[in-house]
Amino acid sequence: MSDDTKMDGGRRTLVIATSAVGGAAAAGAAVPFLASLTPSERAKAAGAPVEADISKLQPGEMMTVEWRGKPVWILRRTPEQLATLKKDTDLLADPESKRSDQPLYIKGEARSIKPEYLVVIGICTHLGCSPGAKFQAGAESGMGTDWPGGFLCPCHGSTFDLAARVFKNKPAPDNLPIPPHTYLSDTRILIGEDSKGA
Amino acid sequence: MIRTMKFIRSLAVAALLLPLVATASDEIELDKAPISFDQKSLQHGAKLFVNYCLSCHGASSLRYNRLQDLGLSEDQIRDNLMFTADKIGEPMAIAMRRDEAKKWFGTAPPDLTIIARARGSELGSGADWLYSYLRGFYRDDQRPTGWNNRVFANVGMPHVLWELQGTQVANFVTEDDGQGNKMKRLEKLELAKPGTLSPAEYDKSVADLVSFLVWMGEPAQNTRKEIGYAVIAVLIVLAGLTYAMKKAFWKDVH
Amino acid sequence: MTTKSQELLNWIDERFPLTSTWKEHLSEYYAPKNFNFWYFFGSLALLVLVIQIVTGIFLVMHYKPDASLNASGIPVAFASVEYIMRDVPGGWIIRYLHSTGASAFFIVVYMHMFRGLLYGSYRKPRELVWIFGALIFLCLMAEAFMGYLLPWGQMSFWGAQVIVNLFSAVPLIGPDLSIWIRGDYVVSDATLNRFFSFHVIAVPLVLLGLVAAHLIALHEVGSNNPDGVEIKKKKDANGIPLDGIPFHPYYTVKDIFGVVVFLIFFAAIVFFAPEGGGYFLESNNFFPADPLKTPPHIAPVWYFTPFYSILRAVTSDFLMVLQLGMAGIWAWTLMRAPAVWKAVVTVIAVLVIGGMFFIDAKFWGVLMMGAGVVVLAFLPWLDRSPVKSIRYKGALTKIAIAIFVVVFAILGYLGVQPPSPARNVVAQVCTVLYFLFFALMPIYSKLDKTKPEPERVTWK
Repeated sequence: MSDDTKMDGGRRTLVIATSAVGGAAAAGAAVPFLASLTPSERAKAAGAPVEADISKLQPGEMMTVEWRGKPVWILRRTPEQLATLKKDTDLLADPESKRSDQPLYIKGEARSIKPEYLVVIGICTHLGCSPGAKFQAGAESGMGTDWPGGFLCPCHGSTFDLAARVFKNKPAPDNLPIPPHTYLSDTRILIGEDSKGA
Repeated sequence: MIRTMKFIRSLAVAALLLPLVATASDEIELDKAPISFDQKSLQHGAKLFVNYCLSCHGASSLRYNRLQDLGLSEDQIRDNLMFTADKIGEPMAIAMRRDEAKKWFGTAPPDLTIIARARGSELGSGADWLYSYLRGFYRDDQRPTGWNNRVFANVGMPHVLWELQGTQVANFVTEDDGQGNKMKRLEKLELAKPGTLSPAEYDKSVADLVSFLVWMGEPAQNTRKEIGYAVIAVLIVLAGLTYAMKKAFWKDVH
Repeated sequence: MTTKSQELLNWIDERFPLTSTWKEHLSEYYAPKNFNFWYFFGSLALLVLVIQIVTGIFLVMHYKPDASLNASGIPVAFASVEYIMRDVPGGWIIRYLHSTGASAFFIVVYMHMFRGLLYGSYRKPRELVWIFGALIFLCLMAEAFMGYLLPWGQMSFWGAQVIVNLFSAVPLIGPDLSIWIRGDYVVSDATLNRFFSFHVIAVPLVLLGLVAAHLIALHEVGSNNPDGVEIKKKKDANGIPLDGIPFHPYYTVKDIFGVVVFLIFFAAIVFFAPEGGGYFLESNNFFPADPLKTPPHIAPVWYFTPFYSILRAVTSDFLMVLQLGMAGIWAWTLMRAPAVWKAVVTVIAVLVIGGMFFIDAKFWGVLMMGAGVVVLAFLPWLDRSPVKSIRYKGALTKIAIAIFVVVFAILGYLGVQPPSPARNVVAQVCTVLYFLFFALMPIYSKLDKTKPEPERVTWK
């Protein structure tokens, strides 16, 4: 590592030039290795959008489909259930869903494309358990007389309303996330894609 | 003098022994397959494959969406080629269960994803084999399917493409094998009844199908060569630079 | 002038021999200045080792060692390789680098070993370098053999089946030994998984250790050179060999060029002919393993074929030739060798000559195949020439080496061909010549007319 060898201008230029081209070549060589760590076609296929058939879903009923290994709930809300969404605003941590993980086309208190159908990922934003349904309002759910109806997470007691918005002073910080989805027709929802052919 | 003699002797030994190690030639001759990577050919081949082969043979390592490499859109694939899957990301598997297939055909029809690579040999490339095979069926009433094949004796597969090609029969000649035994040798195949395609059209269709099988065997092969040119170009530049660098450093070594 | 980086370096050097190691093994390690073409292959072997390890790490992320059939009836291991080829981004490059690397490893290592043969690099005081090298060669063969089972194709399966079955030829314990190696009565999922473990971690760890030992032993005595002259014999006032140059920068810079040229050939194969004409990726291996269908022609991968030919050459009639050969060695030892060796060789001779009357030729074939590899380790003691390098040896040695190369090539060629009576005779002749190269070496290396070794290295 004596300085003499590098002092020679010819040598130094060649070392720099070779290092530059060699470095670029090495970076190029690294590309397939790094790329191999990204999701494979198999992972992408498994994570592909899922179609849900809601033709048989009754008002007040909920169905679950799996998308990317997670449960996606589709709840067909009754008019009474929809009405509760305006009333419980004070009880909620993020009533306007400002912090929510949801697509841009999901707006309002109903947090859905069609007000009747709530499409939401059923994983608690606290530590990942799946909340249970407590749709009955009031004391019948065992939740107290003020309970408007919604979801209760059994692990640490977080509660969510019928638009899956989280209540104040609960361990969960955020509303449940809404997945990208689109209506292929009145009876079919495609979960995982913003619009057909995206 | 002695050294030279010894050397020549050892060479002579080697030379005399070499003819003994020459390989005997096999009797099956394969026709050269006219492969084309033209998108039209590959798309045609894909269509033939899905319509004629996929009912019995799987291509379980190729996903339907990979067919987009052939210039097809997702919708085109879904409408024309996807018979055995719901989602375009799924592999081209067959509906038939393996144990059922074994029962019906005696042996389960092999998966064809890499058949073009598997059938290579000293006789020719895998493509040559497939091209000769698909044009080599002839009527044989001694076989359960009624068909035999000049490239694959007593094959369990019937001639799925017979309507396109027509019916070939085999002309055998009886020969002396040089040791007093009489042997039947297949001399050539003749088209006894024509099919819906002329022989030239049929050959072209088979060429398209085989081209598709070659593509399916390694979908990345064209990309591979393109990347190869770039890599070798860069390496040649690097070789020049490193050689100059070596020379520059070694100037002072005497 | 102490810069921050100099301070950091000092901090490290006070706690770790960084600069001293750099000096001892690179910037102040003096290597002969007359290294030629044959001296590129050591660093190339190291390069290929790194390539195999790095590509191997990434392959293992996606490969599954499972012989059971998936829903489409394809073995999971086999399907996982096609998954790498198609569904993993860049997977096909990594796979081809690894498969080409395996063959490249043997090409490079055979060239590297041949250099040793040419220039007497195995001679004192470098015997240990050579012995570590022989052990590396053995490990490499094991590594390649086990790696080849992993794709679980027809050649993978049946090649393993044949080779593991050879162990059943060992007297008394043979069949049980084979079962123990396989973990089953035939090559199966159990075999696949244990070969996976050996191939991925056990043998590579041993290889790395042996390579380190190989290099440490080399650096302890210093490199040989094409003239076979010990450069340490002529030093200047500072104790630096007159014909030595520091490895860094001279050989680092030269080896980098060698690497680039090698990579051109390597890339040409990876990107334009990854199947290597059917020798690097065999066609039949694109069929998934089928325990019920034996391929008409089972051959090992090309780099094993010379030794496989030796194995096949040993038939029952050939045993007599081997017995005669053993008797010849015995007689010579009784006449010439020291007492210890007389005793050792007598015991061996009795066991071998006697044993060949009772034990099957299959066993002796396995033994001879092994002997074909192990005999290399004895070169330091077989070569009795007063000079090291072929440049100063006589015609006898040159002819012997020429015959050895030709015979090795013929044996290799025969190994890929199906057996036939004529080919078997040729293989037997070549096997005899192969071993005669070693057995007669103590005689012809002494008899040969040598030229005087120069005092200083020649050609720059």
